[in-house]
Amino acid sequence: MTTAPILTARGLAKEFRGFRAVDGVDLDVAEGKVHALVGPNGAGKTTLFNLLTGFLKPTTGRITVGGRDLTGKNPEQVARHGVARSFQITSLFPQMSARGHLELALASPTPLGWRFWRSDRLLARYRDRALELLDQVGLADHAEMPAGNLAYGRKRALELALALALDPKVLLLDEPTAGMGLEDVDRTVRLIQQVREGRTVVLVEHNMKVVSSLADQVTVLQHGQVLVEGPYAEIRHDPRVISAYLGDADVAH
Amino acid sequence: MILRLLAGSARGRLLLAIGLFLALALPWMIYPPIAMDIACWALFAVSVDLLLGFTGLLSFGHAAFWGSSAYVSGLLAVHVGLPFPVAVLGGALFAAVIAVPIGYLAVRLSGIYFAMVTLAFAQMIYFIANQWRDVTGGENGLQGIPREMFGVDLSDSFVFYYVGLPIVLLGLLLAWRIVRSPFGRVLVSIRDNPSRARALGYPVDRYRLLSFVLSAFLAGLAGGLFAISHGFASLQEVYWTTSGNAVMMVVLGGIGTLWGGVIGAALVVQLNDYLSTSEFDGIGIVTGSIFIVIVLVFRKGIWGTARDLLAPRLKRKRPGGAKSPGDDPAPAPAPDVNAPA
Ligand SMILES: Nc1ncnc2c1ncn2[C@@H]1O[C@H](COP(=O)(O)OP(=O)(O)O)[C@@H](O)[C@H]1O
Ligand SMILES: [Mg+2]
Repeated sequence: MTTAPILTARGLAKEFRGFRAVDGVDLDVAEGKVHALVGPNGAGKTTLFNLLTGFLKPTTGRITVGGRDLTGKNPEQVARHGVARSFQITSLFPQMSARGHLELALASPTPLGWRFWRSDRLLARYRDRALELLDQVGLADHAEMPAGNLAYGRKRALELALALALDPKVLLLDEPTAGMGLEDVDRTVRLIQQVREGRTVVLVEHNMKVVSSLADQVTVLQHGQVLVEGPYAEIRHDPRVISAYLGDADVAH
Repeated sequence: MILRLLAGSARGRLLLAIGLFLALALPWMIYPPIAMDIACWALFAVSVDLLLGFTGLLSFGHAAFWGSSAYVSGLLAVHVGLPFPVAVLGGALFAAVIAVPIGYLAVRLSGIYFAMVTLAFAQMIYFIANQWRDVTGGENGLQGIPREMFGVDLSDSFVFYYVGLPIVLLGLLLAWRIVRSPFGRVLVSIRDNPSRARALGYPVDRYRLLSFVLSAFLAGLAGGLFAISHGFASLQEVYWTTSGNAVMMVVLGGIGTLWGGVIGAALVVQLNDYLSTSEFDGIGIVTGSIFIVIVLVFRKGIWGTARDLLAPRLKRKRPGGAKSPGDDPAPAPAPDVNAPA
Protein backbone atom coordinates (compact mmCIF):
# COMPACT_ATOMS: atom_id res chain seq x y z
CA MET A 1 0.00 0.00 0.00
CA THR A 2 1.42 3.31 -1.04
CA THR A 3 -0.65 5.93 0.73
CA ALA A 4 0.27 6.74 4.30
CA PRO A 5 -2.44 5.64 6.72
CA ILE A 6 -4.63 8.50 7.94
CA LEU A 7 -5.52 6.75 11.19
CA THR A 8 -3.18 4.51 13.11
CA ALA A 9 -3.19 2.70 16.42
CA ARG A 10 -0.10 1.12 17.93
CA GLY A 11 -0.26 -1.33 20.80
CA LEU A 12 -3.57 0.08 21.86
CA ALA A 13 -4.96 -1.46 25.04
CA LYS A 14 -7.74 -0.72 27.48
CA GLU A 15 -8.07 -2.46 30.79
CA PHE A 16 -11.25 -2.42 32.88
CA ARG A 17 -10.41 -3.58 36.39
CA GLY A 18 -7.94 -6.16 35.15
CA PHE A 19 -10.01 -7.19 32.13
CA ARG A 20 -8.42 -6.23 28.83
CA ALA A 21 -11.29 -5.27 26.52
CA VAL A 22 -8.81 -4.06 23.91
CA ASP A 23 -5.52 -5.86 24.08
CA GLY A 24 -2.63 -4.58 21.98
CA VAL A 25 -4.34 -3.55 18.77
CA ASP A 26 -2.31 -2.29 15.81
CA LEU A 27 -4.44 -0.68 13.16
CA ASP A 28 -3.66 1.18 9.94
CA VAL A 29 -6.57 2.78 8.15
CA ALA A 30 -5.65 3.89 4.65
CA GLU A 31 -6.84 7.27 3.51
CA GLY A 32 -9.95 7.29 1.37
CA LYS A 33 -10.86 3.67 2.14
CA VAL A 34 -13.74 2.05 3.93
CA HIS A 35 -12.32 -0.09 6.70
CA ALA A 36 -14.65 -2.49 8.47
CA LEU A 37 -14.19 -3.76 12.02
CA VAL A 38 -15.96 -7.01 12.61
CA GLY A 39 -15.98 -9.56 15.35
CA PRO A 40 -18.33 -11.25 17.79
CA ASN A 41 -20.12 -9.30 20.50
CA GLY A 42 -17.78 -8.30 23.26
CA ALA A 43 -14.74 -8.40 20.96
CA GLY A 44 -13.90 -4.83 21.90
CA LYS A 45 -15.05 -2.95 18.79
CA THR A 46 -16.97 -0.24 20.61
CA THR A 47 -14.21 0.10 23.17
CA LEU A 48 -11.74 0.55 20.33
CA PHE A 49 -13.99 3.31 18.92
CA ASN A 50 -14.13 4.95 22.32
CA LEU A 51 -10.34 4.91 22.46
CA LEU A 52 -9.97 6.31 18.95
CA THR A 53 -12.39 9.17 19.69
CA GLY A 54 -11.06 10.11 23.11
CA PHE A 55 -14.06 8.87 25.09
CA LEU A 56 -11.72 6.47 26.84
CA LYS A 57 -8.05 6.99 27.67
CA PRO A 58 -5.94 4.03 26.58
CA THR A 59 -4.14 2.07 29.26
CA THR A 60 -1.23 1.84 26.82
CA GLY A 61 -0.62 2.54 23.17
CA ARG A 62 -0.73 5.47 20.78
CA ILE A 63 -3.17 6.92 18.25
CA THR A 64 -2.38 9.18 15.32
CA VAL A 65 -4.64 10.92 12.86
CA GLY A 66 -3.10 12.41 9.75
CA GLY A 67 0.33 11.98 11.32
CA ARG A 68 -0.69 13.88 14.46
CA ASP A 69 -0.53 12.20 17.84
CA LEU A 70 -4.00 12.36 19.36
CA THR A 71 -3.36 9.97 22.25
CA GLY A 72 -5.06 11.20 25.40
CA LYS A 73 -6.95 14.01 23.66
CA ASN A 74 -10.53 14.49 24.82
CA PRO A 75 -13.56 13.83 22.57
CA GLU A 76 -14.14 17.45 21.58
CA GLN A 77 -10.51 17.85 20.53
CA VAL A 78 -10.65 14.66 18.49
CA ALA A 79 -13.84 15.89 16.84
CA ARG A 80 -12.09 19.14 15.96
CA HIS A 81 -9.30 17.19 14.31
CA GLY A 82 -11.81 15.93 11.79
CA VAL A 83 -12.79 12.62 13.36
CA ALA A 84 -16.54 12.22 13.81
CA ARG A 85 -18.37 9.25 15.19
CA SER A 86 -21.81 7.79 15.55
CA PHE A 87 -22.84 5.80 18.59
CA GLN A 88 -23.90 2.18 18.64
CA ILE A 89 -26.50 3.01 21.28
CA THR A 90 -28.35 5.93 19.77
CA SER A 91 -27.27 9.07 21.54
CA LEU A 92 -29.38 12.13 20.81
CA PHE A 93 -31.03 15.07 22.57
CA PRO A 94 -34.56 13.74 23.11
CA GLN A 95 -36.37 17.07 23.24
CA MET A 96 -34.55 18.70 20.34
CA SER A 97 -35.90 18.51 16.81
CA ALA A 98 -33.96 16.67 14.14
CA ARG A 99 -33.20 20.00 12.48
CA GLY A 100 -32.06 21.45 15.82
CA HIS A 101 -29.55 18.60 16.12
CA LEU A 102 -28.03 19.36 12.76
CA GLU A 103 -27.93 23.11 13.30
CA LEU A 104 -26.06 22.49 16.53
CA ALA A 105 -23.61 20.16 14.78
CA LEU A 106 -23.09 22.59 11.90
CA ALA A 107 -22.43 25.46 14.32
CA SER A 108 -19.87 23.53 16.34
CA PRO A 109 -16.73 24.55 14.39
CA THR A 110 -17.76 28.22 14.69
CA PRO A 111 -17.74 30.43 17.80
CA LEU A 112 -21.51 30.91 17.57
CA GLY A 113 -22.12 28.60 20.50
CA TRP A 114 -20.46 31.08 22.85
CA ARG A 115 -22.75 33.97 21.93
CA PHE A 116 -24.89 34.11 25.04
CA TRP A 117 -25.97 37.67 24.25
CA ARG A 118 -27.43 36.85 20.82
CA SER A 119 -30.72 35.29 19.84
CA ASP A 120 -30.83 31.57 19.17
CA ARG A 121 -32.57 32.43 15.92
CA LEU A 122 -29.07 32.93 14.54
CA LEU A 123 -28.80 29.17 14.30
CA ALA A 124 -31.33 29.37 11.49
CA ARG A 125 -28.43 30.31 9.22
CA TYR A 126 -27.65 26.57 9.11
CA ARG A 127 -31.22 25.71 8.29
CA ASP A 128 -30.75 25.00 4.59
CA ARG A 129 -27.72 22.81 5.06
CA ALA A 130 -29.49 21.03 7.91
CA LEU A 131 -32.50 20.26 5.74
CA GLU A 132 -30.21 19.08 2.98
CA LEU A 133 -28.53 16.62 5.30
CA LEU A 134 -31.88 15.44 6.63
CA ASP A 135 -33.01 14.87 3.09
CA GLN A 136 -29.85 12.89 2.39
CA VAL A 137 -30.63 10.43 5.19
CA GLY A 138 -34.32 10.29 4.34
CA LEU A 139 -35.54 12.41 7.24
CA ALA A 140 -36.83 15.38 5.25
CA ASP A 141 -40.35 14.81 6.52
CA HIS A 142 -39.30 14.62 10.12
CA ALA A 143 -37.21 17.75 10.44
CA GLU A 144 -39.33 19.26 13.20
CA MET A 145 -39.97 16.13 15.21
CA PRO A 146 -38.28 15.85 18.60
CA ALA A 147 -35.61 13.18 18.33
CA GLY A 148 -37.13 11.30 21.24
CA ASN A 149 -40.28 10.69 19.19
CA LEU A 150 -38.52 9.34 16.10
CA ALA A 151 -38.82 5.66 15.27
CA TYR A 152 -35.71 3.58 15.90
CA GLY A 153 -34.50 3.42 12.30
CA ARG A 154 -34.92 7.18 11.95
CA LYS A 155 -32.90 7.77 15.07
CA ARG A 156 -30.11 5.75 13.48
CA ALA A 157 -30.40 7.89 10.36
CA LEU A 158 -30.18 11.05 12.46
CA GLU A 159 -27.05 9.65 14.15
CA LEU A 160 -25.51 9.29 10.74
CA ALA A 161 -26.57 12.77 9.61
CA LEU A 162 -25.04 14.25 12.77
CA ALA A 163 -21.68 12.67 12.05
CA LEU A 164 -21.87 13.83 8.44
CA ALA A 165 -22.73 17.37 9.51
CA LEU A 166 -19.26 17.70 10.98
CA ASP A 167 -17.82 17.04 7.51
CA PRO A 168 -15.09 14.84 8.98
CA LYS A 169 -11.94 13.53 7.37
CA VAL A 170 -12.48 10.27 9.19
CA LEU A 171 -15.95 8.95 9.85
CA LEU A 172 -16.35 6.28 12.53
CA LEU A 173 -19.67 4.49 12.38
CA ASP A 174 -20.58 2.04 15.13
CA GLU A 175 -23.13 -0.41 13.71
CA PRO A 176 -24.96 2.15 11.56
CA THR A 177 -27.46 -0.39 10.26
CA ALA A 178 -28.12 -2.29 13.49
CA GLY A 179 -31.83 -2.92 13.94
CA MET A 180 -32.76 -1.35 10.61
CA GLY A 181 -35.24 -2.81 8.16
CA LEU A 182 -33.95 -4.04 4.81
CA GLU A 183 -34.99 -0.92 2.99
CA ASP A 184 -33.22 1.36 5.46
CA VAL A 185 -30.13 -0.83 5.32
CA ASP A 186 -29.99 -0.42 1.55
CA ARG A 187 -30.41 3.30 1.78
CA THR A 188 -27.71 3.54 4.42
CA VAL A 189 -25.31 1.51 2.29
CA ARG A 190 -25.96 3.80 -0.66
CA LEU A 191 -25.50 6.82 1.56
CA ILE A 192 -22.18 5.59 2.91
CA GLN A 193 -21.06 4.87 -0.64
CA GLN A 194 -21.97 8.41 -1.51
CA VAL A 195 -20.33 10.13 1.47
CA ARG A 196 -17.13 8.10 1.39
CA GLU A 197 -15.96 10.30 -1.47
CA GLY A 198 -13.16 12.42 -0.10
CA ARG A 199 -13.11 10.82 3.31
CA THR A 200 -12.15 7.73 5.20
CA VAL A 201 -14.74 5.53 6.86
CA VAL A 202 -14.24 3.09 9.70
CA LEU A 203 -17.25 0.91 10.15
CA VAL A 204 -18.30 -1.56 12.81
CA GLU A 205 -20.79 -3.84 11.15
CA HIS A 206 -22.34 -7.25 11.76
CA ASN A 207 -24.20 -7.48 8.50
CA MET A 208 -21.74 -9.20 6.15
CA LYS A 209 -23.67 -8.12 3.10
CA VAL A 210 -23.04 -4.55 4.09
CA VAL A 211 -19.39 -5.28 4.80
CA SER A 212 -18.90 -7.01 1.47
CA SER A 213 -20.46 -4.22 -0.52
CA LEU A 214 -18.68 -1.39 1.27
CA ALA A 215 -15.41 -2.43 2.82
CA ASP A 216 -12.03 -2.26 1.09
CA GLN A 217 -10.34 -3.71 4.12
CA VAL A 218 -11.62 -5.78 7.03
CA THR A 219 -10.12 -6.22 10.48
CA VAL A 220 -11.49 -9.06 12.55
CA LEU A 221 -11.30 -8.58 16.30
CA GLN A 222 -11.63 -11.25 18.92
CA HIS A 223 -11.04 -10.97 22.66
CA GLY A 224 -9.68 -7.48 22.15
CA GLN A 225 -7.04 -8.60 19.68
CA VAL A 226 -6.70 -8.49 15.92
CA LEU A 227 -7.46 -11.97 14.65
CA VAL A 228 -7.11 -11.44 10.89
CA GLU A 229 -6.88 -8.53 8.56
CA GLY A 230 -7.33 -8.27 4.81
CA PRO A 231 -9.76 -7.60 1.98
CA TYR A 232 -13.21 -9.11 2.52
CA ALA A 233 -12.74 -11.68 -0.23
CA GLU A 234 -9.67 -13.03 1.56
CA ILE A 235 -10.85 -13.10 5.15
CA ARG A 236 -14.32 -14.50 4.52
CA HIS A 237 -13.00 -18.01 4.02
CA ASP A 238 -10.38 -17.85 6.73
CA PRO A 239 -11.07 -20.76 9.08
CA ARG A 240 -10.15 -18.67 12.12
CA VAL A 241 -12.79 -16.11 11.23
CA ILE A 242 -15.39 -18.77 10.68
CA SER A 243 -14.71 -20.35 14.03
CA ALA A 244 -14.74 -16.99 15.76
CA TYR A 245 -18.19 -16.47 14.35
CA LEU A 246 -19.27 -20.06 14.90
CA GLY A 247 -23.02 -20.15 14.80
CA ASP A 248 -23.22 -16.82 13.00
CA ALA A 249 -24.84 -17.67 9.70
CA ASP A 250 -23.81 -14.44 8.03
CA VAL A 251 -20.20 -15.42 7.71
CA ALA A 252 -20.57 -19.15 7.47
CA HIS A 253 -21.61 -18.95 3.85
CA MET B 1 -37.71 46.52 20.93
CA ILE B 2 -37.14 44.70 24.18
CA LEU B 3 -40.81 43.87 24.32
CA ARG B 4 -40.58 42.37 20.85
CA LEU B 5 -37.53 40.44 21.91
CA LEU B 6 -39.16 39.06 25.00
CA ALA B 7 -42.49 38.02 23.69
CA GLY B 8 -42.86 36.50 20.28
CA SER B 9 -46.40 35.33 20.86
CA ALA B 10 -49.52 37.11 22.02
CA ARG B 11 -49.70 34.92 25.07
CA GLY B 12 -46.06 35.63 25.87
CA ARG B 13 -46.76 39.34 25.61
CA LEU B 14 -49.71 38.99 27.93
CA LEU B 15 -47.66 37.08 30.50
CA LEU B 16 -44.91 39.68 30.25
CA ALA B 17 -47.41 42.51 30.76
CA ILE B 18 -48.90 40.78 33.79
CA GLY B 19 -45.45 40.12 35.21
CA LEU B 20 -44.33 43.72 34.78
CA PHE B 21 -47.58 45.00 36.23
CA LEU B 22 -47.18 42.78 39.30
CA ALA B 23 -43.57 43.85 39.70
CA LEU B 24 -44.57 47.51 39.61
CA ALA B 25 -47.61 47.06 41.83
CA LEU B 26 -45.91 44.87 44.42
CA PRO B 27 -44.93 47.58 46.97
CA TRP B 28 -48.54 48.81 46.95
CA MET B 29 -49.76 45.37 47.88
CA ILE B 30 -47.17 44.31 50.44
CA TYR B 31 -44.67 45.93 52.78
CA PRO B 32 -42.08 47.51 50.41
CA PRO B 33 -38.95 46.02 52.01
CA ILE B 34 -40.50 42.58 51.58
CA ALA B 35 -41.27 43.43 47.95
CA MET B 36 -37.58 44.24 47.46
CA ASP B 37 -36.61 40.97 49.15
CA ILE B 38 -38.85 39.06 46.77
CA ALA B 39 -37.28 40.79 43.77
CA CYS B 40 -33.73 40.00 44.96
CA TRP B 41 -34.52 36.38 45.80
CA ALA B 42 -36.33 35.99 42.48
CA LEU B 43 -33.19 36.94 40.57
CA PHE B 44 -31.12 34.70 42.85
CA ALA B 45 -33.42 31.75 42.22
CA VAL B 46 -33.34 32.38 38.47
CA SER B 47 -29.53 32.36 38.58
CA VAL B 48 -29.63 28.96 40.28
CA ASP B 49 -32.11 27.67 37.69
CA LEU B 50 -29.80 28.76 34.89
CA LEU B 51 -27.38 26.18 36.24
CA LEU B 52 -29.77 23.55 37.54
CA GLY B 53 -32.47 23.68 34.89
CA PHE B 54 -30.48 24.64 31.81
CA THR B 55 -27.02 23.24 32.43
CA GLY B 56 -27.88 20.27 34.60
CA LEU B 57 -25.68 21.30 37.52
CA LEU B 58 -27.00 21.54 41.07
CA SER B 59 -25.01 24.18 42.91
CA PHE B 60 -25.32 23.99 46.63
CA GLY B 61 -22.96 26.88 47.18
CA HIS B 62 -24.53 29.86 45.50
CA ALA B 63 -24.58 31.71 48.81
CA ALA B 64 -20.87 32.22 48.09
CA PHE B 65 -21.77 34.50 45.20
CA TRP B 66 -24.84 36.14 46.64
CA GLY B 67 -23.03 36.69 49.95
CA SER B 68 -19.62 37.79 48.73
CA SER B 69 -21.30 40.30 46.45
CA ALA B 70 -23.36 41.48 49.42
CA TYR B 71 -20.13 42.22 51.31
CA VAL B 72 -18.26 43.69 48.34
CA SER B 73 -21.19 45.88 47.28
CA GLY B 74 -21.55 47.05 50.87
CA LEU B 75 -17.84 47.79 51.20
CA LEU B 76 -17.82 49.71 47.92
CA ALA B 77 -20.78 51.78 49.07
CA VAL B 78 -19.38 52.37 52.56
CA HIS B 79 -15.70 53.04 51.83
CA VAL B 80 -15.68 54.25 48.24
CA GLY B 81 -19.04 55.96 48.32
CA LEU B 82 -20.06 54.59 44.95
CA PRO B 83 -23.64 55.10 43.80
CA PHE B 84 -25.44 51.92 44.75
CA PRO B 85 -25.98 50.48 41.24
CA VAL B 86 -22.25 50.73 40.60
CA ALA B 87 -21.50 49.15 43.96
CA VAL B 88 -23.87 46.29 43.14
CA LEU B 89 -22.26 45.84 39.74
CA GLY B 90 -18.85 45.75 41.46
CA GLY B 91 -20.12 43.08 43.84
CA ALA B 92 -21.54 41.01 41.00
CA LEU B 93 -18.27 41.22 39.07
CA PHE B 94 -16.42 40.11 42.19
CA ALA B 95 -18.77 37.12 42.45
CA ALA B 96 -18.14 36.28 38.80
CA VAL B 97 -14.37 36.46 39.32
CA ILE B 98 -14.32 34.10 42.29
CA ALA B 99 -16.64 31.79 40.35
CA VAL B 100 -13.87 31.18 37.81
CA PRO B 101 -11.56 29.09 40.01
CA ILE B 102 -14.46 27.49 41.91
CA GLY B 103 -16.21 26.60 38.68
CA TYR B 104 -12.98 25.43 37.08
CA LEU B 105 -12.58 22.81 39.78
CA ALA B 106 -16.26 21.94 40.12
CA VAL B 107 -17.55 21.55 36.54
CA ARG B 108 -15.47 18.45 35.96
CA LEU B 109 -17.70 16.72 38.46
CA SER B 110 -21.38 16.12 38.17
CA GLY B 111 -24.37 15.22 40.28
CA ILE B 112 -23.82 15.05 44.00
CA TYR B 113 -20.07 15.66 43.67
CA PHE B 114 -20.63 18.99 41.99
CA ALA B 115 -23.07 19.95 44.76
CA MET B 116 -20.57 18.93 47.45
CA VAL B 117 -17.67 20.83 45.94
CA THR B 118 -19.69 24.02 45.52
CA LEU B 119 -20.92 23.64 49.10
CA ALA B 120 -17.36 23.19 50.33
CA PHE B 121 -16.20 26.37 48.59
CA ALA B 122 -19.16 28.29 49.98
CA GLN B 123 -18.24 27.12 53.46
CA MET B 124 -14.73 28.41 52.84
CA ILE B 125 -16.13 31.82 51.91
CA TYR B 126 -18.24 31.70 55.07
CA PHE B 127 -15.14 30.94 57.11
CA ILE B 128 -13.28 33.87 55.58
CA ALA B 129 -16.20 36.26 56.16
CA ASN B 130 -16.43 35.11 59.75
CA GLN B 131 -12.70 35.43 60.47
CA TRP B 132 -11.92 38.62 58.65
CA ARG B 133 -13.75 40.84 61.16
CA ASP B 134 -11.87 44.02 60.38
CA VAL B 135 -13.42 44.07 56.97
CA THR B 136 -16.66 42.14 57.26
CA GLY B 137 -17.61 42.91 60.84
CA GLY B 138 -17.64 39.18 61.65
CA GLU B 139 -20.74 38.16 63.55
CA ASN B 140 -22.03 41.72 63.70
CA GLY B 141 -22.08 41.94 59.95
CA LEU B 142 -21.15 44.89 57.81
CA GLN B 143 -23.22 47.73 59.19
CA GLY B 144 -24.29 51.11 57.96
CA ILE B 145 -24.34 50.56 54.21
CA PRO B 146 -25.70 53.80 52.79
CA ARG B 147 -28.70 53.73 50.52
CA GLU B 148 -28.06 56.66 48.29
CA MET B 149 -27.16 57.58 44.77
CA PHE B 150 -25.41 60.82 43.75
CA GLY B 151 -26.26 62.31 47.12
CA VAL B 152 -29.94 61.50 46.75
CA ASP B 153 -31.23 59.85 49.88
CA LEU B 154 -33.09 56.62 49.12
CA SER B 155 -33.84 55.52 52.66
CA ASP B 156 -37.55 55.40 51.87
CA SER B 157 -38.14 51.72 51.06
CA PHE B 158 -41.00 52.47 48.73
CA VAL B 159 -38.81 54.75 46.61
CA PHE B 160 -35.85 52.41 46.82
CA TYR B 161 -37.89 49.56 45.42
CA TYR B 162 -38.46 51.43 42.18
CA VAL B 163 -34.83 52.47 41.93
CA GLY B 164 -33.60 48.95 42.66
CA LEU B 165 -36.13 47.05 40.53
CA PRO B 166 -34.45 47.87 37.19
CA ILE B 167 -31.34 46.01 38.34
CA VAL B 168 -33.42 42.92 38.96
CA LEU B 169 -35.28 43.30 35.67
CA LEU B 170 -32.04 43.69 33.76
CA GLY B 171 -30.70 40.60 35.50
CA LEU B 172 -33.81 38.64 34.54
CA LEU B 173 -33.54 39.93 30.98
CA LEU B 174 -29.94 38.72 30.81
CA ALA B 175 -30.95 35.30 32.15
CA TRP B 176 -33.71 35.05 29.56
CA ARG B 177 -31.31 36.11 26.81
CA ILE B 178 -28.77 33.47 27.86
CA VAL B 179 -31.38 30.72 27.83
CA ARG B 180 -32.66 31.76 24.39
CA SER B 181 -29.24 32.17 22.80
CA PRO B 182 -27.04 29.85 20.75
CA PHE B 183 -25.10 29.39 23.99
CA GLY B 184 -28.31 28.41 25.77
CA ARG B 185 -29.00 25.86 23.05
CA VAL B 186 -25.60 24.28 23.63
CA LEU B 187 -26.18 24.31 27.40
CA VAL B 188 -29.45 22.41 27.08
CA SER B 189 -27.81 19.87 24.81
CA ILE B 190 -25.04 19.43 27.38
CA ARG B 191 -27.67 19.02 30.10
CA ASP B 192 -29.49 16.34 28.12
CA ASN B 193 -26.54 14.41 26.72
CA PRO B 194 -23.02 15.59 27.51
CA SER B 195 -21.32 12.77 25.58
CA ARG B 196 -23.14 13.63 22.42
CA ALA B 197 -22.31 17.32 22.82
CA ARG B 198 -18.65 16.31 23.19
CA ALA B 199 -18.78 14.15 20.10
CA LEU B 200 -20.08 17.17 18.19
CA GLY B 201 -16.96 19.04 19.24
CA TYR B 202 -18.36 21.19 22.04
CA PRO B 203 -15.94 21.58 24.95
CA VAL B 204 -18.50 20.69 27.59
CA ASP B 205 -16.50 21.73 30.65
CA ARG B 206 -15.77 25.17 29.27
CA TYR B 207 -19.42 25.72 28.45
CA ARG B 208 -20.36 24.64 31.95
CA LEU B 209 -17.77 27.00 33.36
CA LEU B 210 -19.12 30.02 31.48
CA SER B 211 -22.63 29.11 32.57
CA PHE B 212 -21.39 28.87 36.16
CA VAL B 213 -19.71 32.28 35.98
CA LEU B 214 -22.75 33.94 34.39
CA SER B 215 -24.94 32.38 37.03
CA ALA B 216 -22.62 33.67 39.77
CA PHE B 217 -22.77 37.14 38.24
CA LEU B 218 -26.57 37.12 38.38
CA ALA B 219 -26.55 35.78 41.94
CA GLY B 220 -24.10 38.57 42.76
CA LEU B 221 -26.39 41.23 41.32
CA ALA B 222 -29.17 39.91 43.51
CA GLY B 223 -27.06 39.62 46.67
CA GLY B 224 -25.51 43.06 46.28
CA LEU B 225 -28.88 44.70 45.87
CA PHE B 226 -30.17 42.75 48.86
CA ALA B 227 -27.37 44.09 51.07
CA ILE B 228 -27.93 47.68 49.93
CA SER B 229 -31.65 47.28 50.47
CA HIS B 230 -31.13 46.07 54.05
CA GLY B 231 -28.32 48.49 54.82
CA PHE B 232 -26.11 45.68 56.07
CA ALA B 233 -24.52 42.42 55.02
CA SER B 234 -24.56 39.60 57.53
CA LEU B 235 -23.00 36.16 57.79
CA GLN B 236 -26.42 34.76 56.94
CA GLU B 237 -25.76 35.87 53.36
CA VAL B 238 -22.88 33.39 52.97
CA TYR B 239 -24.42 30.67 55.12
CA TRP B 240 -25.32 27.35 53.47
CA THR B 241 -29.03 27.69 54.27
CA THR B 242 -29.09 30.65 51.89
CA SER B 243 -27.92 28.36 49.07
CA GLY B 244 -30.53 25.84 50.13
CA ASN B 245 -33.29 28.44 50.10
CA ALA B 246 -32.53 29.40 46.52
CA VAL B 247 -32.56 25.76 45.41
CA MET B 248 -35.85 25.25 47.24
CA MET B 249 -37.40 28.23 45.44
CA VAL B 250 -36.35 26.81 42.09
CA VAL B 251 -37.76 23.38 42.87
CA LEU B 252 -41.03 24.92 44.10
CA GLY B 253 -41.37 27.09 41.02
CA GLY B 254 -40.22 24.43 38.59
CA ILE B 255 -36.73 23.40 37.52
CA GLY B 256 -35.83 24.50 34.01
CA THR B 257 -38.69 26.99 33.73
CA LEU B 258 -36.65 30.11 34.53
CA TRP B 259 -39.70 32.11 35.72
CA GLY B 260 -40.65 29.41 38.18
CA GLY B 261 -37.88 30.71 40.42
CA VAL B 262 -39.68 34.05 40.61
CA ILE B 263 -42.85 32.35 41.84
CA GLY B 264 -40.90 30.22 44.29
CA ALA B 265 -39.16 33.31 45.65
CA ALA B 266 -42.42 35.21 46.10
CA LEU B 267 -43.93 32.25 47.92
CA VAL B 268 -41.03 31.48 50.25
CA VAL B 269 -40.22 35.10 51.15
CA GLN B 270 -43.86 35.91 51.88
CA LEU B 271 -44.34 32.76 53.87
CA ASN B 272 -41.21 33.39 55.94
CA ASP B 273 -42.35 36.94 56.56
CA TYR B 274 -45.83 35.86 57.54
CA LEU B 275 -44.61 33.15 59.86
CA SER B 276 -41.96 35.30 61.49
CA THR B 277 -44.41 38.16 62.21
CA SER B 278 -46.89 35.70 63.67
CA GLU B 279 -44.24 34.82 66.28
CA PHE B 280 -44.48 31.20 65.33
CA ASP B 281 -41.19 29.42 65.85
CA GLY B 282 -41.63 26.42 63.61
CA ILE B 283 -40.92 28.20 60.32
CA GLY B 284 -38.66 25.46 59.07
CA ILE B 285 -41.31 22.81 59.65
CA VAL B 286 -44.01 24.73 57.83
CA THR B 287 -41.91 25.70 54.82
CA GLY B 288 -40.49 22.19 54.75
CA SER B 289 -43.96 20.63 54.74
CA ILE B 290 -45.20 22.94 52.01
CA PHE B 291 -42.09 22.13 50.05
CA ILE B 292 -42.70 18.40 50.32
CA VAL B 293 -46.37 18.72 49.38
CA ILE B 294 -45.66 20.84 46.32
CA VAL B 295 -42.86 18.59 45.17
CA LEU B 296 -45.08 15.54 45.53
CA VAL B 297 -48.24 17.02 44.02
CA PHE B 298 -46.70 19.24 41.35
CA ARG B 299 -43.79 17.23 40.07
CA LYS B 300 -42.80 19.97 37.68
CA GLY B 301 -43.16 22.76 40.21
CA ILE B 302 -45.80 25.45 40.23
CA TRP B 303 -44.87 27.13 36.98
CA GLY B 304 -44.19 23.88 35.17
CA THR B 305 -47.52 22.41 36.24
CA ALA B 306 -49.50 25.56 35.43
CA ARG B 307 -47.93 25.65 32.00
CA ASP B 308 -48.79 22.03 31.34
CA LEU B 309 -52.40 22.80 32.20
CA LEU B 310 -52.43 25.68 29.73
CA ALA B 311 -50.69 23.60 27.08
CA PRO B 312 -50.75 22.92 24.21
CA ARG B 313 -51.90 26.39 23.23
CA LEU B 314 -49.04 27.97 25.17
CA LYS B 315 -46.46 26.01 23.30
CA ARG B 316 -45.12 27.75 20.29
CA LYS B 317 -42.66 26.46 17.80
CA ARG B 318 -39.19 27.76 18.19
CA PRO B 319 -36.67 27.67 15.38
CA GLY B 320 -34.66 24.51 15.65
CA GLY B 321 -36.19 23.42 18.91
CA ALA B 322 -39.30 21.33 18.79
CA LYS B 323 -39.95 22.78 22.17
CA SER B 324 -38.20 25.86 23.39
CA PRO B 325 -35.57 25.29 26.05
CA GLY B 326 -37.68 26.95 28.69
CA ASP B 327 -40.69 24.83 27.97
CA ASP B 328 -39.68 21.74 29.82
CA PRO B 329 -38.19 20.93 33.14
CA ALA B 330 -34.91 19.14 32.99
CA PRO B 331 -35.39 15.46 32.40
CA ALA B 332 -33.12 13.08 34.16
CA PRO B 333 -29.79 13.58 32.43
CA ALA B 334 -29.19 10.89 29.83
CA PRO B 335 -26.59 8.38 30.90
CA ASP B 336 -23.24 8.89 29.27
CA VAL B 337 -23.65 6.14 26.76
CA ASN B 338 -20.49 4.42 25.63
CA ALA B 339 -18.50 6.76 27.81
CA PRO B 340 -16.32 6.14 30.81
CA ALA B 341 -17.78 6.83 34.19
N1 LIG C 1 -16.87 0.76 30.67
C1 LIG C 1 -16.64 -0.57 30.76
N2 LIG C 1 -16.35 -1.14 31.95
C2 LIG C 1 -16.10 -2.45 32.04
N3 LIG C 1 -16.15 -3.31 31.01
C3 LIG C 1 -16.44 -2.80 29.80
C4 LIG C 1 -16.71 -1.42 29.61
N4 LIG C 1 -16.97 -1.22 28.30
C5 LIG C 1 -16.88 -2.41 27.70
N5 LIG C 1 -16.56 -3.37 28.60
C6 LIG C 1 -16.36 -4.79 28.30
O1 LIG C 1 -15.41 -4.86 27.27
C7 LIG C 1 -15.76 -5.90 26.37
C8 LIG C 1 -15.82 -5.34 24.97
O2 LIG C 1 -17.00 -4.57 24.84
P1 LIG C 1 -17.35 -3.76 23.52
O3 LIG C 1 -16.17 -2.94 23.16
O4 LIG C 1 -18.60 -3.05 23.76
O5 LIG C 1 -17.56 -4.94 22.50
P2 LIG C 1 -18.20 -4.92 21.05
O6 LIG C 1 -18.51 -3.52 20.69
O7 LIG C 1 -17.16 -5.55 20.18
O8 LIG C 1 -19.43 -5.77 21.14
C9 LIG C 1 -17.06 -6.49 26.84
O9 LIG C 1 -16.77 -7.67 27.57
C10 LIG C 1 -17.60 -5.45 27.76
O10 LIG C 1 -18.36 -6.01 28.79
MG1 LIG D 1 -20.23 -2.59 20.18
